[in-house]
Amino acid sequence: MIKTLAKCIREYKFPSIITPILIIAEVIMEVLIPYYMADLIDKGFQNGNNVDMDYIWKIGLVLVVLALVSLTFAALAGRFAAIASAGLAKNLRHDMFHKIQDFSFSNIDKFSTSSLVTRMTTDVTNIQNSYQMILRMAFRAPCTMIFAMVMSFRVNASLSWIFVIFLPVIAVALFIIMKKAHPIFRRVFKKYDKLNNVVQENLHGIRVVKSFVREDYENKKFRNISKEIYEDFSKAEKTVAFNMPVMQLCVYACILLISWFAAKFIVFGDMTTGELTSMFTYIMQILMSLMFVAVIMIMVIMSKASGDRIAEVLNEVPDLANSDDPCKEVEDGSIRFDNVNFSYAKDKNKLCLKDINLSIKSGETIGIIGGTGSSKSTFVQLIPRLYDTTEGTVYVGGRDVKEYDLETLRDNVAMVLQKNVLFSGTIKENLRWGNENASDEELVKACQLACADDFIRRMPDQYDTYIEQGGTNVSGGQRQRLCIARALLKSPKILILDDSTSAVDTKTDALIRKAFLEQIPDTTKIIIAQRIFSVQDADKIIVLDGGTVNQIGTHEELLQSNEIYQEVYYSQQKGSADHG
Amino acid sequence: MAKKSGTIPKNSTAAPPKMPARPKGNPVKTIKRLMKYIGAYKGRFVIVLFCILFSAGAGVVSSLFIQILIDNYITPLLVADNKDFSGLLTLTITMAVILVLGALATFLYNWLMVGISQGIQKKIRDEMFEHMQTLPVKYFDTHTHGDIMSRYTNDTDTLRQMLSMSIPQMFSSVMTIIAVFFAMITLNFFLTLFVLLFVVVIMFITKTIAGKSAVYFIKQQKELGSVNGFIEEMINGQKVIKVFCHEEKAKEEFDRKNEELCKSATNAHTFANILMPIMNNLGNIQYVLIAIVGALLSISGISAVSLGTVVSFLTLSKNFTRPIGEISNQLNSVIMALAGAERIFNLMDEESEQDNGYVTLVNAKYDSSDKLIETEERTEMWAWKHPHGDGSVTYTKLCGEVVLDGVDFGYEPDKLVLHDIELYAKPGQKVAFVGATGAGKTTITNLINRFYDIDDGKIRYDGININKIKKTDLRRSLGIVLQDVHLFTGTVMENIRYGKLDATDEECMAAAQLANAHDFITRLPDGYNTVITGDGGQLSQGQCQLISIARAAVADPPVMIMDEATSSIDTRTEALVQKGMDGLMYGRTVFVIAHRLSTVQNSDVIMVLELGKIIERGTHEQLIERKGKYYQLYTGAFELS
Repeated sequence: MIKTLAKCIREYKFPSIITPILIIAEVIMEVLIPYYMADLIDKGFQNGNNVDMDYIWKIGLVLVVLALVSLTFAALAGRFAAIASAGLAKNLRHDMFHKIQDFSFSNIDKFSTSSLVTRMTTDVTNIQNSYQMILRMAFRAPCTMIFAMVMSFRVNASLSWIFVIFLPVIAVALFIIMKKAHPIFRRVFKKYDKLNNVVQENLHGIRVVKSFVREDYENKKFRNISKEIYEDFSKAEKTVAFNMPVMQLCVYACILLISWFAAKFIVFGDMTTGELTSMFTYIMQILMSLMFVAVIMIMVIMSKASGDRIAEVLNEVPDLANSDDPCKEVEDGSIRFDNVNFSYAKDKNKLCLKDINLSIKSGETIGIIGGTGSSKSTFVQLIPRLYDTTEGTVYVGGRDVKEYDLETLRDNVAMVLQKNVLFSGTIKENLRWGNENASDEELVKACQLACADDFIRRMPDQYDTYIEQGGTNVSGGQRQRLCIARALLKSPKILILDDSTSAVDTKTDALIRKAFLEQIPDTTKIIIAQRIFSVQDADKIIVLDGGTVNQIGTHEELLQSNEIYQEVYYSQQKGSADHG
Repeated sequence: MAKKSGTIPKNSTAAPPKMPARPKGNPVKTIKRLMKYIGAYKGRFVIVLFCILFSAGAGVVSSLFIQILIDNYITPLLVADNKDFSGLLTLTITMAVILVLGALATFLYNWLMVGISQGIQKKIRDEMFEHMQTLPVKYFDTHTHGDIMSRYTNDTDTLRQMLSMSIPQMFSSVMTIIAVFFAMITLNFFLTLFVLLFVVVIMFITKTIAGKSAVYFIKQQKELGSVNGFIEEMINGQKVIKVFCHEEKAKEEFDRKNEELCKSATNAHTFANILMPIMNNLGNIQYVLIAIVGALLSISGISAVSLGTVVSFLTLSKNFTRPIGEISNQLNSVIMALAGAERIFNLMDEESEQDNGYVTLVNAKYDSSDKLIETEERTEMWAWKHPHGDGSVTYTKLCGEVVLDGVDFGYEPDKLVLHDIELYAKPGQKVAFVGATGAGKTTITNLINRFYDIDDGKIRYDGININKIKKTDLRRSLGIVLQDVHLFTGTVMENIRYGKLDATDEECMAAAQLANAHDFITRLPDGYNTVITGDGGQLSQGQCQLISIARAAVADPPVMIMDEATSSIDTRTEALVQKGMDGLMYGRTVFVIAHRLSTVQNSDVIMVLELGKIIERGTHEQLIERKGKYYQLYTGAFELS
């Protein structure tokens, strides 16, 4: 994990290295300062009434210079630490985002959308904070400890042994506390995820909760988890609450022991009062740095989970890759499936598509009909190589889809997904996803084809109307038509509509199909639909059932010989049949 | 920052309502309100304050100890002939006792504070959730979910941190400052004055830096929000990005935003990072200055300064500036926590759904004289219990008759979505709404179950104005299947049982069979015990709809609203589902909203809506005959055949 994350430091190596160096320099100043302070007291104030003003001025000046130098180092270190940690966060986000862009559909399926978002937001922030903490503290604490130790031994070696005795005591105590608290903290975080999930589901499904009058039920569910968090969190924090008093006890014990022995040393002339005060400062420094070590340990442990989750994304291998010598041109819109088997799990026993063999000529209109779960969407998603087949080959324009450059292939095979989205931005901006350089005329033409021009013109800002995130300010049918127009702008050789007119009224649906037939006759059109009339004028209709091709034929042929097709047809014609 | 506003009500063509303007921050009020929560732990909190006091006191004593040690023991002993350490021993033991008590006090307050802060956090969290459940649907339609979510996550967390860390630390710091101040004053007045002067300088400098830091932090938060928003939108649309080969553009845009965020984050953290070193080193400089001033004072003889005084003054002055630094450090998190608390309280102050209904739904049976009476038994027969002003109570049998009389409605005042809707649904009738998206079909159903209240007109349920019916009872009598299916994390069985919590496994399975969901459920890896996540990730949209139909079927309500409930189900399955539902709903009122005319053809009455008005009504045959809008829609489908 650390290796993966470390790779993202890149251009921020310099600040990452210089920060600890500056910090060490700062620590040296910090350790020297008490030393001179002791000197100031001892030599400046001899015997209480004998004040050596010159000496005080001299050492005072040295101290001020030291303080200013220390300040400069600290400020620089603070700046570089900020640069390094913000930079690392930037690179992590950058790498993840770029990686996700290279993900195939099956990679995306593996991580849920919301988990990808958390990884890119909360997790990165966690890592950023702990990285900064590590840069600033991980070196400071041990360095302070060592330098302070060295200095205190210089001041008085025999007294210094006292904290050498206490160090392991504190270390062991901290270790035990952390070890106890850590698993509880982890449990707390898991339960937090659960709690958030409950809130989120209630936000999305508030209409369901309210219409089933399940407020109390949801409250109970929430309160249970809330209580569990309360109990575990309290337990974890109460364990951590031992930290401070243990530290304090050790500090106090050191102070008392040292002052007891120091008093004797001073009385017998083996030590000065100034040395005693600097000893106290060193005790504080050493013990404080131990405290910081404990804090860093907590931070690192807490952010480990975040680091793991980020590394998981970064280490994910996109399972679709361009071939070495990709073909950059698609000859025509013909399609052929040759013994295609497909399974999302890549497991031959769990096939979603079985033994698909068929060919489609360029320019044909193909309808696909099939029940819920008959793998219609899966079938068409193999054409623009959104997934790779498990077995068998898909040919587009006479070539194996794997031979094409992915971008070329997908530019030529335009697909309107079932779960389609618009992005925040103007209608124009959204449409230009299909073709960046499309002129305004081309946009209008595509929209006319998709029967979207009319309603766009009725909008206040027409083509410059701002679409909210997720396209919430246009209706379902309008959204679908905009999505179709967007796909048309690619001028594809193959156009796939995956149930893309379900929210469009039947008349408009018919108009769109008519426009397709007349305006883009050379484009192969594949239309998945629930409604028979959406496909009945197709050149061929494929009836899918349970992942296999049940039959292929024209409307008339199927109506005569295909049971499934007949059933679907009559279920939709019942009213008119009754009528006569 | 990405342009963003609340999601608008479904099917409303109205402009998105503006987010309610945030009332201006009133920290005093927020603090007062927080104090009420702390009030529940009064006893413990007083102990905590006392312990903090003691712990801070012990800290001060330990620094005074050096002065006493040097002045009262070491210095006399230096000149004394008889080196008697017994006094020193007594002092050390006394100190040891005080300090051990101090450490114990530290432990106690930390320990107690955990209970208090966690308890308060839990209480606030629970209250917030409970209150949220009472809010009208409108609230959820007009606030982004992310915005509400962050109150449960970020805001409660910063609040907890403030309670468990910032408050004790600040209190301790204040106590230390006061204690040290008095200690200093007793030692030497002039030196104290000098320290105070210097502290003013330090405070001025830190205030400037903290102010700068705050500006950048706000900028950072804003840009973080923008980047996070972008990430969310792009990742949600990742598949579309792939289909359009838009990867490079997305990367470019992202890198630009990311770069900006990096800049402001760097600045924000820089200032935060240098605050403490500045405080520390100013403290060091102060140390030197005190030494010099102390020396000068003792030379000039203005006030007698002993060596011990200067030495302990030096220690004290450090103990004086350090807590000031700590307070300024904590102040940032306190301000953030208060802002969070205010957001939480804002949510809690949102007005709950008003319910003045007094007509309730009760189990009923006919007594010997054929009179409808209330009963405790589960009779499968329900009645509206209607108490009147004169104390009498009448019972009306629940039949499922729904009447809309001259109903006007708009999501926003002055922007009517429905005009003068007249509708009469007899018990057992199947009423269908047909019309283009935005015609107001869903809105009607939103009104029947009172997700929204009508502006004018009347809606009657079994002859009772629905405003008089208790909302929970009204909704219990209405089954609803929505276009956007929302399942909850849990097993398939649990999701179906959501419709009727005490349903047996058999009842749930029977409902699933009715909804034609049984077959595919049994094919799932763990059958009915398959765990599904909230968005139903591993199921297709159609399958989710079937489960939600089963969920409504198990509730078995007298009135059912199906809002595009079968839009993602193929017509063949739909026909089967409908057959099952027709059986279930025999004798019950059903409202059906659908795009597909095949879904609504066998309805008893079909309403054609256009721009919020019912323009045609009648049976399928009548409407065909009439050759109006419905006819156009209907024939549109067959135009090419």
